[in-house]
Amino acid sequence: MEAIFEGKGRKMNTPFNIFFWILVVPVTLVLGLIASWIVRKVSALVQWRVGPPLLQPLYDVMKLTGKEILIPQEAQQTVFLMAPLVGLAGVLLLSIMLWRITVTQNAFIGDLIVAIYLMVLPSLALILGSSASASPHAAVGTSREMKLVMGYELPLVLAIIVVIIKTGGQLNLAAIAGYTPVLSISGMLAFLVALLCVQAKLGFVPFDIAEAETELGSGVLMEYSGAILAVWKLMHAVMLVALPLFLVMVFLGGISTNFWVEGGIPVAIVGVALLVFIGARLLSGRSKFIDVLALLIFIGACVWVGLGKYVLILVLLILIKNTNPRVRIDQAMKFFWVYCGIVLAGAIILASIGYYYDINWL
Amino acid sequence: MSLKMWSLKKSVWVFHVNTGACNNCDIEIVNLLTPKYDVERFGIRLVGSPRHADALLVTGVVTAQAAPRLREVYRQISKPCVVFSIGACACDTGIFRNGYHVVGPVDKIIREVDPEAIIAYVPGCPPKPEAMISGVVSALSVL
Repeated sequence: MEAIFEGKGRKMNTPFNIFFWILVVPVTLVLGLIASWIVRKVSALVQWRVGPPLLQPLYDVMKLTGKEILIPQEAQQTVFLMAPLVGLAGVLLLSIMLWRITVTQNAFIGDLIVAIYLMVLPSLALILGSSASASPHAAVGTSREMKLVMGYELPLVLAIIVVIIKTGGQLNLAAIAGYTPVLSISGMLAFLVALLCVQAKLGFVPFDIAEAETELGSGVLMEYSGAILAVWKLMHAVMLVALPLFLVMVFLGGISTNFWVEGGIPVAIVGVALLVFIGARLLSGRSKFIDVLALLIFIGACVWVGLGKYVLILVLLILIKNTNPRVRIDQAMKFFWVYCGIVLAGAIILASIGYYYDINWL
Repeated sequence: MSLKMWSLKKSVWVFHVNTGACNNCDIEIVNLLTPKYDVERFGIRLVGSPRHADALLVTGVVTAQAAPRLREVYRQISKPCVVFSIGACACDTGIFRNGYHVVGPVDKIIREVDPEAIIAYVPGCPPKPEAMISGVVSALSVL
C-alpha cells in the first residue's frame, strides 16, 4: 500500500495523522455548514437583506432530522433511501482525499482521475434517487440533471486536460498543486470554464435547472423529506467545501501546506476564537451586526490559515449565482458544448503550443 | 421543550397554497421575503415542495375545485406541521360566504383530513405583513 504513495508523505500512524483521520469528517461537515451559511448570508447582503443567523444551516439539518420521513407509495424504496447516502459518502471521500493531500502531502498517481469520478457521484446519486421517487416533477428534474451532467462533464474534463498539458503530464494532485496554471492564458480560460462547471455541479442559479424551485417545485429533491432530505442538504454543504477546494488545488496552486503541518498553534487560536464567538452569538440576544462580524472573522480566519483562495472561489460562485437568471436546459447544453467547447479547444491548442515551445504564459 | 420542537421553531419552511384567493394575500406573503421584512432572518423560507414544508400557508376561500387538492397537499406534508389560514377568506370565507362554489373555510377542510391539525388564523383583507409575522410568532409559541 505504502509503495504507491509518493515520497514526501508522513508515516501513517503519527499522532498528527490519527488526529487528522478523527477530525477530517466533522471538520468538513462543519466547514460545509458554515459555507452554506455564507452562501445564504452573502446572497442576502447582495439583495440588501439581513439574512439568516450563523447557525441556520445547523437548525435546518436538526429540524429535518426530527421530522417524519415520507416515502411515496410507488417509489423504489431501496434506491430512494440509499441514493443520498451514496452521494454524501462520495463527496465526503472526495473531501477527505483533498484534505489529506493538502495536509500531509500524501498522494498517489492518478488521484486526479479518481477525484473526477468522485465528483460525478453526487449528481449520479441525485439522478438515481429522484428517478426512484416516482414523481413526475422529479422525473423532469432527473432528465434535466442528466442532460446537465452530460453538458458540463465534457468541458470540465477538457479544462483539466489543459492543466495536465500545462503541468507536463502530471496526474497527481499534490504535484499539480505545485503549479499555478491560472497565471497563463490557456489556464485562465480553462479556470473560467471549470468555475462555471462547478457552478452547475453545485446546482447554483444559472444552472439550477434540475431543482428549479419556481417551476418544478425543487425538482429532483421533490419527494424527499425528513432525515433523508437532511442528508441531501449535508451533501450539498460538503460539496461547497470539496468542489472549490478541488478548483484551488488544480488551478490556483493549492493551499500552502507548511502552515498546516508546522503552525498548529495559530490554527488552534483561530478555532478557539471562532468557538468563543459562536458561543457569544448563542448566549447574547439577536444583533444585526454580530453575524456580519462573524462573516468577516470567518473570512479573515480563512485567509489567515491559507484558505483565502477557497474563499475567493466561493465568493465568485455566490456572485455568479446572484447576478444571473436561470437558463433553460437547451441553453445550458449549448453554452457548455458550443461556447465552452470552442474556448477550451482554443485553450488546449494554446497550452500545447506553450508546452512545445516552452512558453509559460501561453 | 424537546430539541425537535426547538429546532422546528428556528427553521420554519413554508409551502404556499392558493385555494381561490384574489392574489392580494399572496402579494402580501411575498412581501415578507423582501428586504423590508426579510423573514429569512428567522429561518423562514418558501419551499417548492410540500414534502419539505413545516408550515402550510393557505390563502383564499376553499373552492369546490381546490378542496381535494388542499387535502392532498396537507397529507403530503411531513409532520409535525402548522397550517396558517391567511386572510379573511381563508379564516371564515369572508364575503364569499354561501357562494355556490365555496366548500368551506380552510380549517374545516383540513380537519376532515386531520382532526388534530394545528391551525393558526391571520385575519385581514389582506393581512398586513406585520400581522402575519405576529401570527407565526404566536403559533410557534404554543407549539
